[in-house]
Amino acid sequence: MIIRGFHIGRFLQTYAVLIMIVFLVIALSMMSENFLTPRNLLNILNQNAPLAIMASAMTLVIIAGGFDLSVAAIFSMGSVMSAWIAIHVDPYLGLFLAPFIGLILGTMNGVVINALRVHSFLATIATSLIFKGVAIVISDGRLISVRLDTFTWLGRDKAGGVFIAVWIMAVFAMILTFMLTRTAFGRRVFAVGGNEEAAVLSGIRTDRVKTATFAIAGFAAGLASIIATSRVALGQAAAGQGMELQAIAAVILGGTSIYGGAGAVWRSLGGVFLLALISNGFNILNADPFYRDLTTGLVILAAIGISAGGNRR
Amino acid sequence: MTTEPALRANGIGVAFAGVWVLSDVSVDIFPGEIHGLIGENGAGKSTLGKVFGGYYASSAGTLDVFGERASTWNPLTALSKGVAIMHQELQLVPALTVAENVFLGLEDQRWGVLRRTEAGRLSELMEASGFQLDPNAIVSRLPIADQQKIEILRALAREARIIVMDEPTSSLSRDEVSQLHLAMRKLRDEGRSIIYVSHFIHDILEVSDRITVLRDGKHVKTAPAADETRSSLVAAMLGGGKSETPFPPRVRPATPEPVLEVEDLRSEQGANGASLSVGRGEIVGLTGLVGSGRSEIARAIVGADPATGGEVRLRGEVYRKRSIRRSAALGMVMSPEDRRKQGLVLTMRVSPNMTLPHLGRFAHLGVMRRRTERTRALSLIEHFRVRPADPNGNVATFSGGNQQKVLIGKWLMENPDIVILDEPSRGVDVGARERIHFAIAELAAGGTGVLLISSEIEEVLGLAHRAYLADGGRIVEEVIPEESSEADLLELLFRHQSQRRGAA
Repeated sequence: MIIRGFHIGRFLQTYAVLIMIVFLVIALSMMSENFLTPRNLLNILNQNAPLAIMASAMTLVIIAGGFDLSVAAIFSMGSVMSAWIAIHVDPYLGLFLAPFIGLILGTMNGVVINALRVHSFLATIATSLIFKGVAIVISDGRLISVRLDTFTWLGRDKAGGVFIAVWIMAVFAMILTFMLTRTAFGRRVFAVGGNEEAAVLSGIRTDRVKTATFAIAGFAAGLASIIATSRVALGQAAAGQGMELQAIAAVILGGTSIYGGAGAVWRSLGGVFLLALISNGFNILNADPFYRDLTTGLVILAAIGISAGGNRR
Repeated sequence: MTTEPALRANGIGVAFAGVWVLSDVSVDIFPGEIHGLIGENGAGKSTLGKVFGGYYASSAGTLDVFGERASTWNPLTALSKGVAIMHQELQLVPALTVAENVFLGLEDQRWGVLRRTEAGRLSELMEASGFQLDPNAIVSRLPIADQQKIEILRALAREARIIVMDEPTSSLSRDEVSQLHLAMRKLRDEGRSIIYVSHFIHDILEVSDRITVLRDGKHVKTAPAADETRSSLVAAMLGGGKSETPFPPRVRPATPEPVLEVEDLRSEQGANGASLSVGRGEIVGLTGLVGSGRSEIARAIVGADPATGGEVRLRGEVYRKRSIRRSAALGMVMSPEDRRKQGLVLTMRVSPNMTLPHLGRFAHLGVMRRRTERTRALSLIEHFRVRPADPNGNVATFSGGNQQKVLIGKWLMENPDIVILDEPSRGVDVGARERIHFAIAELAAGGTGVLLISSEIEEVLGLAHRAYLADGGRIVEEVIPEESSEADLLELLFRHQSQRRGAA
């Protein structure tokens, strides 16, 4: 449908996630006075910072035409490793090293995918079991408690009135946005996902580009894990369960193409917060949580329906 | 042949996006005849075959099948009226068995449960047709010739009385071709009609009863095969002088010092001992029939495919460990033949497409200098007259000609020394074609060596200073365009092709 040169379908497709967020914000504000308060909004951001960080990085993987099902396992490795190092060596070192452990594991994902020439979907299912298994072995299947202020500040403290976790999320998302839209690397990511054969014939080392996106996703999972681990002061191999699917759902909900070649980091943040708002709505309205999954599923279907509507033709 | 025709085409025309690829073709196909359909690349022979099979709708004219007007005509109705088509790309399910493929969609079933009668029905069919295949063999493990037999059995299982075969011999050995011809004769003797689409004159002459020649989408003639010879067919395929756009004047470089020399180049993908050279400021044509290995030779030169032997020299220096990346850095680029699949990233805009191979040049510490990029893209857009002239335009929606200009512009951005253009004007409109030809001439005049790969002999003859003919992954002839005609080149190509297959 075109009205004076304005494509309604394309507009809906581009901004489906924002439209849904605005709609939910208005609806929730009308239903509860407790919703539209700085405190509540900041809490939503803070609680979802780890997922938002992982979804931002997942965006790059998906734009380059891949999928990473191992980020939850890397998250659990990060949780166990940071806590273990914090107890046995130094809390600051634990926090500092975990993202880089994630980076190494993500790079290994890339290497495996390129060496075996398999789809990343399959390869990361396998590596996720391996990573998770290692995390269980290191933690000996137990919880690693880290009741140290030198460890928990990252997830609990504020700077300038805002949680540190929210600052980290914002800076990380901005850096990724910059990489994707302003750098030569970002161009290569779009080219590899848009048409791999053309990218190869343009002299792009597509293997390296793909590996880099998985390395970034691994780094992000490690970064997310230290925020979450320091917040609960507890390292455990069971941490992060299901986060890989939540991250992928958020990316796709935001409107990034699962076929690769198109997408943006802000969209995935939109996806994360759309999902978060639904949960939050149930909490502040004291609605029956039995209906939460049902509602979330319907909202995801609606968003996908809107963007598919613009995609037709 | 006084009988009623099995299939009567009356004034058939086909237009794609307003361009007529076939116009006013009338031909009768009789029961019990093998009818050859021949023409150059793009003459419309496959298109006509697909109209018979219901894969393309005709934009004009009528089709009568066994005396009945075919008003709604699609692959399904065609099959139900007894017309089957055997595609150039075989349409089998590779993981299923011979029997399962033959009876795909015709399974004997009761309430969805298979009754496993296929093997028995298949052996009846094989007895009737004379083909012998293991019903339980997995299709993907069979040679192409056997897979073609499955396609034929499939047509027979559907009681097809008219079978269209689209280039069935293009990947067959001499022996397998004879086998196929034998089968065709057997089918004909049973009273079926076979429409044999091919560009192999020799094969068509060997087995056809009558031959129809098409040229530029038009019907040239239909005649009994006994009255035709190879040269009479070549003459009919080419016709008299073509009225085409004029080519830019040829400026021959004085002493073309060689910039690219290739010796005995081999690759698993299809280069098979190719040797050639390109001089500074020289346009060198490279042409050949379908499957001659033209593109594969080019891919091995620039390093898109790994070479298994041979040598490439750039400006006299041996160039080893070739890759697209290193080639571009050394000033040698290749614009690939399929612009949508291999050339452009259709999800990206015009200017990022153009700068894709040169990102390092447009980035400072990894950050893109977008103004420089835009300026450079704009100047190329102006030079090639890309329309719309917008660096931010959406290439996916551009016409073929404008996409091709973007693709060529992409590769000329860093002023290379050697440019390999694979099918630079395939499927583009006349205006774009002229612009591209002009740009090629200009490029050479500026001292760049151009290797022009084209299946259009006329294009090679019109533009090149020298031309190579390829067959079987190697260079088999070198000709001077001014002293050769299109008919000469085709004649040479067909001769080499039949020699090679005779030897195989």
